[in-house]
Amino acid sequence: MGMDRREFIRISGLAALLGLSGKGAFELVRPGQVEAAMAAKPEAQGVVRWAMVVNMQKMDEATAAKCIEACHRVHNVPDFTKPKDPKDAVPPEILNRYEVKWLWTEHYHNAFPGEEPPVMPEKIAHLPFLLLCNHCDNPPCVRVCPTKATFRREDGIVNMDMHRCIGCRFCMAGCPFGARSFNWRDPRPYITQDYPGYPTREIGVVEKCTFCAERLAQNMMPACVEASKGTLIFGDLNDEKSKVRDTLKRYFTIRRKVHLGTNPQVYYIV
Amino acid sequence: MLERALIGTKRYYLLLAVLAGIFGVGFLFYLQQLKFGLGITGMGRDVSWGFYIAQFTYLVGVAASAVMVVLPYYLHNYKAFGRVTILGEFLAVAAVTMCVTFVLVDMGRPDRVMNVFKYPTPNSVMFWDIIVLNGYLLLNILIGWNVLECERHSVAPPKWIKFLSYVSIPWAVSIHTVTAFLYAGLPGRGYWLTAIMAPRFLSSAFAAGPSLLVLLCLLVRKYTKFDPGREQIQSLAKVVTYATLINVFFFFCEVFTVFYSQIPDHMLHFQYLFAGLDGKARLVPFMWFSIVGMTITAILLTNPKLRQNENTLAALCGMVIITTWIDKGLGLMTGGFVPNPMEKVTEYAPTVPEAAITLGVWALGFLVLTLLYKVAVSIKEEIRS
Repeated sequence: MGMDRREFIRISGLAALLGLSGKGAFELVRPGQVEAAMAAKPEAQGVVRWAMVVNMQKMDEATAAKCIEACHRVHNVPDFTKPKDPKDAVPPEILNRYEVKWLWTEHYHNAFPGEEPPVMPEKIAHLPFLLLCNHCDNPPCVRVCPTKATFRREDGIVNMDMHRCIGCRFCMAGCPFGARSFNWRDPRPYITQDYPGYPTREIGVVEKCTFCAERLAQNMMPACVEASKGTLIFGDLNDEKSKVRDTLKRYFTIRRKVHLGTNPQVYYIV
Repeated sequence: MLERALIGTKRYYLLLAVLAGIFGVGFLFYLQQLKFGLGITGMGRDVSWGFYIAQFTYLVGVAASAVMVVLPYYLHNYKAFGRVTILGEFLAVAAVTMCVTFVLVDMGRPDRVMNVFKYPTPNSVMFWDIIVLNGYLLLNILIGWNVLECERHSVAPPKWIKFLSYVSIPWAVSIHTVTAFLYAGLPGRGYWLTAIMAPRFLSSAFAAGPSLLVLLCLLVRKYTKFDPGREQIQSLAKVVTYATLINVFFFFCEVFTVFYSQIPDHMLHFQYLFAGLDGKARLVPFMWFSIVGMTITAILLTNPKLRQNENTLAALCGMVIITTWIDKGLGLMTGGFVPNPMEKVTEYAPTVPEAAITLGVWALGFLVLTLLYKVAVSIKEEIRS
């Protein structure tokens, strides 16, 4: 529908006169469009929804360590136990305060608190569950961010603009999975091996796993998936033929804290 | 009128110098924080908000409490409070100044603070909190200043000021409600996920704020020629009494729901605060002192004899301030973050630089308060003579 400026002003002026605002004004100018925008989007063909399956039946300490190493290396995640210069050594009692982690492991009872049966297989209780940002469909971190520095992309990735982040840490309080880290101090003296493919961070901003958005853009799998030798399965949940969808159809999976309604997109085969 | 703040006794200058000195020390530590990052504080990955945000929350309450003198005066035509509304409004100005400063010193990137306005985000409660706090600051400066000016010239305040005074009443309630909503809507934090948080914030605010006002009135009477009045102080004492009782009641409402439902996500935080978790129990003595002290104080306040004696009243008001501060200033933040989402316990304690910066901000607030009260009291003295 074409409309020149004069007509737009005329109609909106009329709308203001009639005391119409918000939806009312929209109805006059663009009938039916508000409803269209408010209705749930159909799962259109070709819309990507990235998701990950962690196959704990294949997981072991060595694999988990390799995944973490790969992730942290290609994202320049600092390791505060390994300063480049010994004079920057961090006292051990405050290491856990500064810690930055995108991918890490926890035992079952920490990964799924409150959901451990009183008796369970010894092996599973001691498995290293690989944890990361769940790229929730309904992410509280995005809801609380006052600058949209954390945002959800069309393909489901919850990403961050570290140049916009004001460091208020509301998202860290909002995330029920502990997936977010803050740069409490300059991380650069603790990056042993600078990786040129990803920017390092400054003090005072929050960061987390991005599902390797920068690698996906180059048609590469996330670094952890690549290093996992098939233990991690990644792909498009909306694609009927994707491996991730096929796996979810064949195996029963669990997710972290589903009752909170964030709809996590990292699934675990136990 | 501002010139009144510039001339005073030696004692006045000395007070200003001491406050400015404490502020200066805090500022030096803040420069260090700017350089090193927030890592110089005791905060960390697990307890990611600490002393700064706790003081901010407490002081929003103090600011909101100005409504307890404004409301009876404007809505119920309680003339006696006409003498002290200015003290309440200027206390609110000082408190909001501290709130805004605490938010600023807590930011990882204060240089990007304007991003909040460049990319306004109405789905974030913080966006609304910034709007209501700054609005409240503006309202109280406008109202306080204009009413004082009119009083000085013995004319009635203009109509629009009266209108703004009415606006400021629900606005005061809004600042503490919105501040509670910062916490009360987060899905993974059981300690904060409670509908009674905003009411609890308001009740503790209306207990602590008027308590502070009682103490300030007593100080003003002792050190100046302006007497805020015995009746006024006694009325404030009644406000403190009811608010403290309601605050204790709300606390036990919370405890009932948490422990009768037996939901671990909610119980664990209380267990950490009042009994300790995984052998870590740093806050236990503080929390017991707070709730037992608050309950006893509330009961004692109901005794008219203890309220009418201004010495015991001052002591009880002091107890209200301390116990509500522990509840909101220590327990609320750490209790919300411990245990963490993986149910692990990382304790928190402020560091020396963090404490110095915190004291510095308080000193800044009291500096603003002293200057404003000096203006107000000088005008009041002038009218009397």
